[in-house]
Amino acid sequence: MNFGIVTFPGSNCDWDCYHVVTKVLKKKAYFLWHKDTKLPALDCVILPGGFSYGDYLRTGAIARFSPIMNEVIRFAKSGGTVIGICNGFQILTEAGLLPGVLMRNTNLKFICENVALHITNNQSPFTKSYPKNAVVHMPIAHGEGNYFADQETLNLLDGEGRVLFRYEGINPNGSQRNIAGIVNEKGNVLGMMPHPERCAESALGNEDGLVLFRSLL
Amino acid sequence: MNLEIIKQHGLTPDEYENILKILGREPNMVELGIFSVMWSEHCSYKSSRVYLKKLPTQGKQVICGPGENAGVVDIGDGLVVVFKMESHNHPSMIEPYQGAATGVGGIMRDVFTMGARPVALLNSLRFGAPDHPKTSFLVNGVVAGIAGYGNCMGVPTVGGEVFFDECYNGNILVNAMCVGVARKDRIFYARASGVGNPVIYVGAKTGRDGIHGATMASDVFTDETEEKRPTVQVGDPFTEKLLMEACLELMKGNEIVGIQDMGAAGLTCSSLEMAGKGGVGIEMDLAHVPLREEKMTPYEIMLSESQERMFLVARKGCEKNILKLFNRWDLDAAVVGHVTKGNQVFIKNGGRLEGILPTLPITEKAPVYKRPVKKPAYLKKLQTSPIPLLTKEGGRGEVSYNDILKKLISSPNLASKKWVYQQYDYMVGTNTVVLPGSDAAVVRLKDPHTEGKMTRKGLAMTADCNSRYGYLNPKRGGMIAVAEAARNITCSGGRPLAVTDCLNFGSPENPEVMWQFREALKGIGEACQALGTPIVSGNVSFYNESKDGAIFPTPTIGMVGLLDDVDQHCTQWFKKEGDLIVLIGETKSADPVDLGGSEYLKEIHHLVQGQAPVLNLKKEKAVQSLCLEAIKKGWICSAHDCSEGGLAVALTESCITGPRVLGAEVAADSKKDEILKNTAFLFAETQSRILISLQEKDLQSFLKLAKLKKCPAQVIGYVVRDRIKIGQLVDLPPEELKILWESSFKQKVIERLCAE
Repeated sequence: MNFGIVTFPGSNCDWDCYHVVTKVLKKKAYFLWHKDTKLPALDCVILPGGFSYGDYLRTGAIARFSPIMNEVIRFAKSGGTVIGICNGFQILTEAGLLPGVLMRNTNLKFICENVALHITNNQSPFTKSYPKNAVVHMPIAHGEGNYFADQETLNLLDGEGRVLFRYEGINPNGSQRNIAGIVNEKGNVLGMMPHPERCAESALGNEDGLVLFRSLL
Repeated sequence: MNLEIIKQHGLTPDEYENILKILGREPNMVELGIFSVMWSEHCSYKSSRVYLKKLPTQGKQVICGPGENAGVVDIGDGLVVVFKMESHNHPSMIEPYQGAATGVGGIMRDVFTMGARPVALLNSLRFGAPDHPKTSFLVNGVVAGIAGYGNCMGVPTVGGEVFFDECYNGNILVNAMCVGVARKDRIFYARASGVGNPVIYVGAKTGRDGIHGATMASDVFTDETEEKRPTVQVGDPFTEKLLMEACLELMKGNEIVGIQDMGAAGLTCSSLEMAGKGGVGIEMDLAHVPLREEKMTPYEIMLSESQERMFLVARKGCEKNILKLFNRWDLDAAVVGHVTKGNQVFIKNGGRLEGILPTLPITEKAPVYKRPVKKPAYLKKLQTSPIPLLTKEGGRGEVSYNDILKKLISSPNLASKKWVYQQYDYMVGTNTVVLPGSDAAVVRLKDPHTEGKMTRKGLAMTADCNSRYGYLNPKRGGMIAVAEAARNITCSGGRPLAVTDCLNFGSPENPEVMWQFREALKGIGEACQALGTPIVSGNVSFYNESKDGAIFPTPTIGMVGLLDDVDQHCTQWFKKEGDLIVLIGETKSADPVDLGGSEYLKEIHHLVQGQAPVLNLKKEKAVQSLCLEAIKKGWICSAHDCSEGGLAVALTESCITGPRVLGAEVAADSKKDEILKNTAFLFAETQSRILISLQEKDLQSFLKLAKLKKCPAQVIGYVVRDRIKIGQLVDLPPEELKILWESSFKQKVIERLCAE
């Protein structure tokens, strides 16, 4: 299985994802430069965390206009697997591949912490290796993770089982309905605020994120 | 040119005379501005050099000591660690967000300019009293600034300290430390060479921000401080992230001959220093400098401290490739000059010659002062003041050690700093193996930092200083700062390697401050020598005073240690019920002298007096050696050094600061009414003590090793589930202490709800 990891100006977690894919999963990964206009043959594209374009205007607002995003959108529309992590999630909402927006955390501060997540739906390709209703722990690190969408959209997401992760116990950022991660209608595009690539190795004391990657293989 | 202009530039009449001699004529305004910043205390170290040169800076692990942008230490496996700490005190007092942010930006540039990718950031912050009207505002701004810059750069902020004391009311301290990793065969220095080689400017455009920032940092605060706002630089971490990636990419090749970041005194400093170090000259044309503002004068261009800019000398012929690389990263890049023969920097602007500066008299041969020193008058009285009556606390009857412990654990200096570090991304990079909250942070090393080199090694790092000890006894204060840093590194499983120092003091024109400086350095030197940790980089910040007086002597020590196998790291919290608790070192419970300068004395009696604790370096070495070896043998479940708050606080921290709250039952060999003895036993800050926990099965082997190393160590109790009991003196539920510990910082500093 081949992964492509996009590097926008300001992406920080690209290497973290590259490490998990190549050293932990032992699969092939390519760095995709934001100015590229062609994708190599890939099974999965990852939009990693970071501060693409310095979060200027809005988080992810400018990245969505990068040349490579045309290809990523095309890839997603044709059924390719796409994972947007943190800033990646923000970019996916700006690009229209996922509904809703990520607003500033309610406490107005950046929060770096391990949080408890409820696996709301373990039938998707991203979560099928998690036990049903599992509660796992993953780190979050963001200033704008407060998910918002109108009631109609939220009801749709709930109704179609498109919420994969919800904050369990404590909602760190004020997200509507405790939403931490969602998929698109076709179920091939995932956007999530927590960082699965930061909890994919025993050396770091937590492998709850590895299960997500293994689900895809 | 008149006296007023010279004074405004921070130059003394003598210094001006010297300038006339050097140039053989009067300087023009551009040249005067350049001398002004280069000879400022901040850039020239004129008051500190005589003492700095006495510090131990060598060792077989040292590849590059003080004098370059950062220190370089060999860690084996073809890799080096590159690190430095710097102050940004004055700008942070004026504009806390940008002052702190640009401090972080500047220290990162100092590291990656040497070819090292930053792997971690730390910071040591000192603010005024928690209830001082400005404190909450400053804390919010500084923390947000550090977070804003470091997080955007994608470098984890993994450790540090936050302290409060009245002495910082008019002058806060923000010391930022950066640690990076590079390949041993790919280190870059700030030396220009090769006549005809192009000089290239890369990074952000130059604007009018920060002009005379260096001069501002070399002066005390007055009521006119607010007016100095334009001297604070403004940072753009996004640009620096691009700059860092572009530079590190360029550094994979061999186009660069020398490179330096533009920090204090901007273009002036980097051009003069690089030429000076290389024994060459440079000719520059300011018309080629990318500008952000219109109609900037040569004076402004040379003195601007606009951030996120680098100055490099490249091999002739490489210009095109270099410009192309930086343009790919959407950064400005321009050839602004070339290296010449001789020892002068020629500054042109288009066709006009704007200034000619000789390099060596300005840099290598800048003024060096041996300022008068005088032992402070306050010291004798303070050191011999008796430890106050501890008999009845507030006259309310029996002393409640429970209450004292609760008060200490919830004081801003000892309370949990999670409110602070939760705003820092401490996990980005997926290298942080020991997160903030333990004695020292530990990071593992892998790509992209190791650039293909394989290693199992890890780095432990910490920043420490107890400035109260420094105030009571600068020499001991300096020694203890080093010893404590090394102890923290040891408790995490690291072998202390080397030091970067950030020396924060009052005005060097005050003989008592100079005396403190001299003594502190003596202590630091002695401890570094004894513990085998040479000083490889550092920073001096003088003029930290306001109308309220000078700050306490605050020689912050940043230390890096090496773990041969990063998996063998250790943390400070107890792991499970039934484990034995052992104290390595001695507790002179009968001696109240070690209560001098203690957190206990400050928090309960509101006093800073007495003698700073004694430090015996030989004993310290034995204690650390025992602890480290035992950790490597896998016998240690937890290790925590005893510092502020003494044994009782260290024990409490071992119980409540980890993911699992546990309790402890520890013996105390005194009777309930022996108040002095009890207080000293619980809260004295006696040095060279480490609190460890281990399993019963490893006890005998451990004690045998202790005996071999002639190091005192004794079992004092064991880990239990849900009570903290110290003899007849303390009996508390750990959960209650944890709640106090976790909630106090926000309550007492940010929201200022302390009921005193």
